[in-house]
Amino acid sequence: MSKPKLALYWAASCGGCEIAVLDIEEKILDVADFFDIVFWPVALDFKYKDVEAMPDKNIDLCLFNGSIRTSENEHLAHLLRKKSKVLVAFGSCAHEGCIPGLANLYKKEDILNFVYKESPSTINEAGIFPQTKFKVNGNEIDLPEFYESVKPLDEVVPVEYYIPGCPPQPPQILAVISLIIEGKPLPPPGSIVGAGEKTCCDECTRTREEKKIKKFYRPFEIVSKPDQCLLDQGILCMGPATRSGCGALCVSANMPCRGCYGAPPNSLDQGTKMISALSSVIDSQDPEEVERIINNIADLVGTLYRFSLPSSILKQKKILRSGQNASN
Amino acid sequence: MISVNIDGKEVQVPEDSSILKAAEKAGIWIPTMCYSELFEPYGVCRLCSVEVIRGRRSRVVTACNYPVREGLTVLTNSEKIQWIRKMIMEMMLSRWPNVGVVKDMATRLGVTKPRFESLEKDEDPNACILCGMCVNACKELVKAEVLGFAYRGIKREVVLPFDKKSAECIVCGACAHVCPTGHVKMIIEDYRGKKPEFTLGAKTAIYVPSMQAVPRVPVIDTESCIHFKTDGCETCSKVCEPQAINYKMEDEIIEFEVGQILVATGFDIFDATPMAQYGYGRYDNVYSSLEFEYLLNSTGPTGGKILLKNGKEPRAVGIIHCIGSRDTNHHPYCSRVCCMYALKFAHLIHDRTRAAIYQFYIDMRAFGKGYEEFYSRLLNEGITMIRGKAAEVVEASKSKEDEGKLLIRCEDTLIGKFREIPVDMVILCNAIEPRKDSDTVKKLFSMSKSPDGFFLERHPKLDPTSTMTDGILIAGCAQGPKDIPDTVAQASSAAARILSLIAKGEVEIDPICATVQEEFCSGCKICNNLCPYSAIEFLIDKNISHVNEVLCKGCGTCVAACPSGAMTGSGFTDKQIYAELEGLLEI
Repeated sequence: MSKPKLALYWAASCGGCEIAVLDIEEKILDVADFFDIVFWPVALDFKYKDVEAMPDKNIDLCLFNGSIRTSENEHLAHLLRKKSKVLVAFGSCAHEGCIPGLANLYKKEDILNFVYKESPSTINEAGIFPQTKFKVNGNEIDLPEFYESVKPLDEVVPVEYYIPGCPPQPPQILAVISLIIEGKPLPPPGSIVGAGEKTCCDECTRTREEKKIKKFYRPFEIVSKPDQCLLDQGILCMGPATRSGCGALCVSANMPCRGCYGAPPNSLDQGTKMISALSSVIDSQDPEEVERIINNIADLVGTLYRFSLPSSILKQKKILRSGQNASN
Repeated sequence: MISVNIDGKEVQVPEDSSILKAAEKAGIWIPTMCYSELFEPYGVCRLCSVEVIRGRRSRVVTACNYPVREGLTVLTNSEKIQWIRKMIMEMMLSRWPNVGVVKDMATRLGVTKPRFESLEKDEDPNACILCGMCVNACKELVKAEVLGFAYRGIKREVVLPFDKKSAECIVCGACAHVCPTGHVKMIIEDYRGKKPEFTLGAKTAIYVPSMQAVPRVPVIDTESCIHFKTDGCETCSKVCEPQAINYKMEDEIIEFEVGQILVATGFDIFDATPMAQYGYGRYDNVYSSLEFEYLLNSTGPTGGKILLKNGKEPRAVGIIHCIGSRDTNHHPYCSRVCCMYALKFAHLIHDRTRAAIYQFYIDMRAFGKGYEEFYSRLLNEGITMIRGKAAEVVEASKSKEDEGKLLIRCEDTLIGKFREIPVDMVILCNAIEPRKDSDTVKKLFSMSKSPDGFFLERHPKLDPTSTMTDGILIAGCAQGPKDIPDTVAQASSAAARILSLIAKGEVEIDPICATVQEEFCSGCKICNNLCPYSAIEFLIDKNISHVNEVLCKGCGTCVAACPSGAMTGSGFTDKQIYAELEGLLEI
């Protein structure tokens, strides 16, 4: 019997997820042993045409990280969907858009304008902007198109599983892969795997009190007490509105949770839940003071939707999307 | 009992009696100047000297401290005694010729002019006669032992330790009270601003709070009572025949289990001291409404007479409305009762004095039954109504006779002129404001407050007596300023509601309530503080929150606040709402 086939791909991502895969340390050898890795652009020299040449459903497991920013990302998403039995949205970008998704606060033309023209370090006198077609030596080259917005993977193709996290934590990756290696029954499709069912607070060891917040601090503005809940101390910690699974890594390093594991199981939108929670615990009845306290929070959208803007109910600063790519 | 013969009269007296007591029983007067029943006889004035005859020998002794014996014969008015008394009085009179008690006693004993001049003559009418009453009161009664004698012979005097104000002195005033000449005086320093309530006069440490008090029994102000400071005094228990005074009684906290509570905690009156322009606390004759009400009361300090601080009747009285009410700097609301009690004041002043009365009002709000009629009646009584809020009250005295005269400055908006009205008494109509501890009470009963600070009713029109917490009802000024008829109506309605639930015997609970889906709760403690009904408890063992379904009213505050989605409104989960929306949009 031939080995099960594994593919890994990165779309619009930073590469951290790839490193997280390697962070499972010597266990990567077991993975290489058990699986036949058929596609992994970051590590192995397979070409797209190799994948295109495969019969459908040839890949047993595909870990797809990165969000859908360009037509190339989308093309590969469709291609890998076609060729894979199990497609996993791996990491926060594929799961819910993540940091690249914050670009949805700007229009495509504003982004291109800034990057190719207006940024102080750019000299572009000819006014050259990215093209989808380019002629060189009499040949025409197709280049990927930069989309209007960033989308998570499941808005482009159906996905079996999600592994959240920015990046997913190695023990969680290992746990999921072990499940397959050991041939244990898989959870129902559509599940979030490699994460907990509660919130980050469940894993946090700090002491929590009933909350009353008079002022929000950014982490550098205050020397926080190591045993006390960060939110109690006025540091905006996304822990209460974030799925557990990471082991409360950031808070154990004295930094507030940034929310990379996404919304907890029973919550539909991480940012709205958090803003609603925060506004409930502000310790003032005076509208002016409340406004002053709220204004303490730097970059509200970037804080509350740091990882989940494209998959949230906000999705984008202004809905620009045409019907073509909208999921059902 | 033993029998004694005094001036030929046989009397039966208890064994431990003094001659003075026995004489009193026999109806025989023996003059005294240093004797008081409150403490041990001192025997220093020697006026009570009497002749004691045993067999054929006679001796002169002091009656106040000489114990009786069986068969004792006493002469209180023999020639010898008369001579002694006169000599004592002559000596006293020559030393203190102007002291009232000395003069009175001398007259009574037939001494008009001493035969000799004292080298230590002291013509002060309040001179100290060295009777030692103050020293003994301080030592034996109060047990503070502050006052004492210093020096000897003719230089003897009563002093404080080291002749300085003593920290040991509890300022009880007992010394001043017993002093027969007025030599020891109480000087009340800073008498206003110190006491929160009526400060129109001193009162005793044991007193009946008001003549309308129920039950009408005295209470002891333990902060002022000598007994609670030095363990001494106990004068009140000595004089109380039924022995009803119990110093050991303490405040008790009694717990009752009840199903419904009517919160009728009332109001505070606005303290006008910060409104310096009206001089409350600075000028003697500027009164708050409640102080004036006390002054009017027949059980008050003046027995209901309207008098200035100097004891004279006022010639003109100004009543200033809306002190602290209808004022954006203090309370924007109308206190509702002031117009009418101001008119009542005016009516009573008119009734009891011949003073000219001026009312300074913004708007006259005579809205209740019979109120407008009362207002019209007052207008016919010759009260001057000035429409315009008084700007300030200033001192107007230019000469000594005018001392204490005040001037009210105001704009009369009806004639469009600035006016200055001289008065000698000013009554401020202070606003009704929420009690200072209303925040604590609010938290205790999980109530809310309206922006004015009074407790919030469930519905201003349809449900003005109940609160958002079931079983907690409100009535009276705790809910908002109102007059007596309104208070009675509201309180009766609240009582009826309470009874109706008691009669029913069971309580219905709304099906709408919040529940914690335990598998999703991580115990972040965001919700615990939010519940207006205190329905959320934290289960420490499970590290999750829990909703008490009986207390929960289904307001949804916690559901909105829950960041993890663990708190859900029964029947209103996000999924259900989304499903409803989807259903609607498909049509």
